[in-house]
Amino acid sequence: MEAFADGELGSAEMRAFDEHTRQCASCAADLLGAVRLKLAIRNAGRRYSPSPELRQSVLKDVRAKSGRHWKLQWAWALAAALAVLGLFFYVQQAEYAQRRSFAELADVHVATLASSSPVDVVSIDRHTVKPWFAGKIPFTFNLPELAGTPFVLEGGRIAYLGQSPGAQLLFKDGNHRISVFIFQNRSEGARGLGQGSSKQVTFNLSTWSEQGLRYVMISDVEPADLKELRNLLSAAAKP
Amino acid sequence: MPDDSSSIRNFEELALPLFESLYNFARWLTRDQEEAEDLVQETYRKALKGFPSFQSGTNFRAWMYRILRNTFLTSRTGLKSAPSISLDSEEGESVQPLTVETPETLLLDKASQELVQQAIESLPANFREIILLCEVEEMSYQEIAETISAPIGTVMSRLARARKALRQELTRKLQGV
Repeated sequence: MEAFADGELGSAEMRAFDEHTRQCASCAADLLGAVRLKLAIRNAGRRYSPSPELRQSVLKDVRAKSGRHWKLQWAWALAAALAVLGLFFYVQQAEYAQRRSFAELADVHVATLASSSPVDVVSIDRHTVKPWFAGKIPFTFNLPELAGTPFVLEGGRIAYLGQSPGAQLLFKDGNHRISVFIFQNRSEGARGLGQGSSKQVTFNLSTWSEQGLRYVMISDVEPADLKELRNLLSAAAKP
Repeated sequence: MPDDSSSIRNFEELALPLFESLYNFARWLTRDQEEAEDLVQETYRKALKGFPSFQSGTNFRAWMYRILRNTFLTSRTGLKSAPSISLDSEEGESVQPLTVETPETLLLDKASQELVQQAIESLPANFREIILLCEVEEMSYQEIAETISAPIGTVMSRLARARKALRQELTRKLQGV
């Protein structure tokens, strides 16, 4: 009876009970009494209202926490903005350092082309050029076999990047020359050079890292030719 | 970083509309205005603090009322009322049949609103709260069960006993006993 009055019966039970109360006067009277009691309690029970002061006090409490969080939100936003700015400057610095290194090597390449003695070890034989660097630079490197390729080794010289010694190898590709600089990855100038190909003033540039060494190729040949020589050097570098 | 500002706004949207009902319920429970006001303030503070752990999609109203009720139970007044509230020996009790000395309709015709309020006030705390949750807050049995942390069976049997006690109290008042 009470569950019916409270609307807690399932729909089938509700229908059944409703049907019953239409036929049973006693249950109908009891149901009426139960419903009236519910109404009486509801009306009597809605007795107390909060004061405006209490309302204000509760609102103040809730919104004070919200205010604190707004300040925290601002602090986080500021910290995030500073972090982004810091990252931006870091990236800018890194890009500047990279451009500076490339510019430095491009200058060396230009100076090599203009020199009457572009290389210190003159040989087309890799077995002559490679051992020449032994003891002069703190690392060794491998050179590819160039027979059957469009490239000819002309020789090499010591080069410096950020005061770190490395090798500059000069290759010929038709009427063009390609400088291949090799440095240790951990050397000052080589750090942060990244990877990929780009255009530096009038030259094409390609740089990559392999087996702890940093390679930088500079030339006015087409990027496709640079890529071909790169593949040869990479293959030779693999153990 | 948690999205606190939207969380707070969400809390306000859910919690502030319950303010008047919560106060009314608190006032009936404590039977004292100052205590009711403290109870409501404390409830909102606790609810705001615990809101991050509230499971979205569950019954927020039942959650708030449960906080209020639990805060009351651990208060000085609530602890004094504890024996009547913790009577949970109702599991398995059969619901008493609806028998009254005075016909219900006659009883309620004669009873003024003030008399009904006095009768509610005189009920033990556990009967008072369940009557209020069902009839004034119009909670379902399920919601009441969540609020008082009891099985639905206990809700139904306690509600039946509370109503019976209320009728008996009304009868006594009407008869001047």
